[in-house]
Amino acid sequence: LLLFLPERSNLAGVRHILLVLSGKGGVGKSTISTELALSLRHSGKKVGILDVDLCGPSIPRMFRVQDNDVHQCDSGWVPVFVDQDKSISLMSIGFLLEKPDDAVVWRGPKKNALIKQFVADVAWGDLDFLIVDTPPGTSDEHISTVEALRPYKPLGAILVTTPQAVSVGDVRRELTFCKKTGLRVLGIVENMSGFVCPHCSECTNIFSKGGGEELAKHAGVPFLGSVPLDPQLSQSLEEGRDFIQEFPKSSAFPALTHIAQQILDGTLQQSS
Amino acid sequence: QVALLDIDICGPSIPKMMGLEGEQVHQSGSGWSPVYVEENLGVMSVGFLLSSPDDAVIWRGPKKNGLIKQFLRDVDWGEIDYLIVDTPPGTSDEHLSIVQYLSAAHIDGAVIITTPQEVSLQDVRKEINFCHKVKLPIIGVVENMSGFICPKCKNESQIFPPTTGGAEKMCQNLNVSFLGKVPLDPQIGKSCDKGQSFLSEAPESPATSSYRNIIQRIQEYCDQHHFQEEKII
Repeated sequence: LLLFLPERSNLAGVRHILLVLSGKGGVGKSTISTELALSLRHSGKKVGILDVDLCGPSIPRMFRVQDNDVHQCDSGWVPVFVDQDKSISLMSIGFLLEKPDDAVVWRGPKKNALIKQFVADVAWGDLDFLIVDTPPGTSDEHISTVEALRPYKPLGAILVTTPQAVSVGDVRRELTFCKKTGLRVLGIVENMSGFVCPHCSECTNIFSKGGGEELAKHAGVPFLGSVPLDPQLSQSLEEGRDFIQEFPKSSAFPALTHIAQQILDGTLQQSS
Repeated sequence: QVALLDIDICGPSIPKMMGLEGEQVHQSGSGWSPVYVEENLGVMSVGFLLSSPDDAVIWRGPKKNGLIKQFLRDVDWGEIDYLIVDTPPGTSDEHLSIVQYLSAAHIDGAVIITTPQEVSLQDVRKEINFCHKVKLPIIGVVENMSGFICPKCKNESQIFPPTTGGAEKMCQNLNVSFLGKVPLDPQIGKSCDKGQSFLSEAPESPATSSYRNIIQRIQEYCDQHHFQEEKII
């Protein structure tokens, strides 16, 4: 008789689990996951990021730890800490590859097996938040992740879109995925929403505007905000820097910190 | 005569981009009929099989593979010059299956799309390795979203900075063809959202000439390839 006890598992010390989803690729899920983790850290929280994008793992580089290895301990895998502070820890297939350019050419069943391991066998310790960054879509990774996390009652999902209709069109389907799998939608983020020219301050809606906000209204879910295109943000991610710490005056800063604040307010409400 | 096959099963964008949202697939004696944008451009996508824009395709790999097989086997494409297959990101079921199912038909090659920054390139290197692994020739790499020229002051901004040299440098390092750069242009997204041809709507845009140059290079590659094949025969 196998007894599964969530309270004795590696996720027992994790207070809140949230997923970052999108129907569409390239909209900035990993960016939002990273900046959310950094913002929450700046509010004094301990955060972990579980990167279940097995084919395109972006999280390690975004924290400049892409060359790190993963070690084992008695309870499983030790997550990679991004600095001596140990306030942000990560797990990603990126750390398990022999060479950084190695392709993970796996069909569904093999991906599902690793995801189950990632959910059960990482020794996170005590965390305020575990953010799960996903690849785009509604397939193996998403089904397996939600199934594996179900006993731990995730807080919910943040859905990321860019403003244009083609993107929103896919994210609508992701909303249906959440409904069908019983995953609460914490809100929608409209990313890459407008660009302010650093030379003349003219704003251009390169990827249109408003689609994410409209979708939130239409679907009756919270709108968490619009994040503008910000070259300093892109540069920060390239170099694995702490954008929230180093660029408080940059154009994307207010929106990103506002998203984190709403998540924090939401969890406070929950506990009261 | 062109056929566009959309095998992004979870996120089928092609119907909207082609102005074919709401269209349905018809069956006939000879199989499924593609949906035609014009007489010489036919399209197939799971999007045409869904009844609502909110419908989600929540399928694991094997079911997705099954539909891709059907698309290739049961769609009556007729005689075509080019079959273009649009794929989702990754190196998984859809990619393995399409290469496997098309192996008898002999794929000319793959066009790989990236944006300039290293976060993107690191995934594209994996895609290039995937192509090598499955013996899929690479026609070349396109660097998309490459720079933005402000419509007001005409200064250029690198919104997605090529901190490690962009796609051009990567292609040099990996000995793969660099097909060209496409700049950001708000009209591209607008045209796609409206389901209209960007090339027709914005003929003067620098992005249009970029696209046309890239397309020409792809055609040249395919012509050369075909010529070499004929020589062998």
